[in-house]
Amino acid sequence: MNISTILDMAAEAFGDRVAVVSGEQRLSYAQLREHALSAAAYLRASGAGYLALLDVASPATPVAIFAAAYAGVPYVPLNYRLTAPELNALVARVAPAVLVTNAEYRQLLTPHDGMQLIDRDAFMALPIAGDEVAQPDEDPRAVAVQLFTSGTTGQPKAAILRHENLMSYIVGTVEFAAADEADAIVVTVPPYHIAGISAVLSSTYACRRMVQLPNFDPRAWLQAMRSENVSNAFLVPTMLGRIVEHLDASGEAPALPALRALAYGGGKMPLATIERAMQLFPQVGFTNAYGLTETSSTIAVLGPDDHRAAAASDDPRVRRRLSSVGRAAAVEIEIRDDEGRVLGAEDAGMVYVRGPQVSGEYQSLGSQLDADGWFPTKDRGYLDADGYLFLDGRADDVIVRGGENISPGEIEDVLLAHPAVADVACVAIPDAQWGEAVAAAVVLHADGVASVAELQELVRARLRSSRVPQAVVFRDALPYNETGKILRRVIRQELATQVAAAAA
Amino acid sequence: MATALKPGSRFKSAVCDTQVMVVKAPAGEHELCCGGVAMLAPTASGEGALDANFASGTLIGKRYVNEDESLELLCTKGGQGSLSLGATPLDVKQAKQLPSSD
Repeated sequence: MNISTILDMAAEAFGDRVAVVSGEQRLSYAQLREHALSAAAYLRASGAGYLALLDVASPATPVAIFAAAYAGVPYVPLNYRLTAPELNALVARVAPAVLVTNAEYRQLLTPHDGMQLIDRDAFMALPIAGDEVAQPDEDPRAVAVQLFTSGTTGQPKAAILRHENLMSYIVGTVEFAAADEADAIVVTVPPYHIAGISAVLSSTYACRRMVQLPNFDPRAWLQAMRSENVSNAFLVPTMLGRIVEHLDASGEAPALPALRALAYGGGKMPLATIERAMQLFPQVGFTNAYGLTETSSTIAVLGPDDHRAAAASDDPRVRRRLSSVGRAAAVEIEIRDDEGRVLGAEDAGMVYVRGPQVSGEYQSLGSQLDADGWFPTKDRGYLDADGYLFLDGRADDVIVRGGENISPGEIEDVLLAHPAVADVACVAIPDAQWGEAVAAAVVLHADGVASVAELQELVRARLRSSRVPQAVVFRDALPYNETGKILRRVIRQELATQVAAAAA
Repeated sequence: MATALKPGSRFKSAVCDTQVMVVKAPAGEHELCCGGVAMLAPTASGEGALDANFASGTLIGKRYVNEDESLELLCTKGGQGSLSLGATPLDVKQAKQLPSSD
């Protein structure tokens, strides 16, 4: 088993169909396979043990994913937003490697013996190889992808995805050649994000045209959607938020006649954003996809019918599903408490997942699965009686105040309900009496006014006194990473320092 | 020739272009055939004649199952032969709604 089979099948069945569109560049599935085989021959001749990529999305991205598979080496896309020292430290962990990059990012790298640099254009212009590399390694345990996790909580870990994990994911969630000839998907997540990789694999297996948009901007996205008659799109919540804001602020007509399906994931979707998006695009089927790098992406799906049923329902139990991430996809999901006991419906604990697509493995740390194959996601949440999963933040983000576990999410939801509050993050700060206490970093709307006492009273009235932020600090903006994940670690450090200084 | 069928393992037809990947399989050893002739490992070579009773063909991307669906194969390349477990023909699995996120 090898994920290169996905491309072999697409090229066999629909070789002439356009696979990738990037600006003026177009590659058919047959051409994509030809490039991947050529690059695989180059990789094999190089003796490299890894194929790394430091670049924005371009046709070289799908070529690199499949070339690595044909050549039997792990594909390692790197985050181009990291600093030069961070990048060089990661590159040192994947030697000897062929590294595909461009003139701009090349300058960030310090040359060393274990790294053969090749420019993206040269990588796409390698001499055509024969079919002799077409028989790839069949070992299902071979590593297909190695992804460095974003490291929002410390030193980046290298998550390992094997061919069997990714192939199980694709075969379990996508029907071969499901796309019509006219269909296209716009992919806006960067190549180093698991959603960027699974989008390439899913689209190839569905034989769907991929339209690449390397730098997200609401106007450019809307324009690409129209000019390419795009039927499908994937966005992280912040991107959908910016599109909705742009349409509401500019008065531009939300006309996307070809768009049928819009999937989102990679972070928490604000309720107001999804409700507004459903009003703006009533013909579109929305899908919330929840997944992790360690699970080969999506493990739970809230589908278009779920969205419509929830939005139209007067039953609060159905209505609230608009805030859920849906039901288990091709995996099993259960919730356990801190002692490992499986919890029933509505009881919050840690989310565990099991299935063939779940790798749960890091380089040098090894497998994190328990004896029965369950992976602790480190996400907290609960299931409702019908199996809908509601997430409640990261386990690491829970505030433990005097032995009581407090989820920052519930306090944030209350504060966000205040009309003046634009954004908020609640974190733990050290506290002499309680061990930890709640602190809130609040961003107000441009013309919004709210006092600390007023916000504290709001939480006291809606929740209870233990939830009241002991410190409330106003900010111009909160720090996010590029896929819209809030950087709580940064906020935690800043607030701890600030609160300690104020007390001194 | 009976073989253990492990999820992920691949086989090719000895008599046509058909190739399959095992999605799931019952335990034990089984004789997987295409065109009436035992299938081969992807790198092996063999020959035989297509049995006219097993010549209705395979289609790329289709899933093939036995009666209780304990065996499921994904056809990765189509051909003239048809699939069987021993002498029992496999059927095309009816497409179900998959939990796709795209």
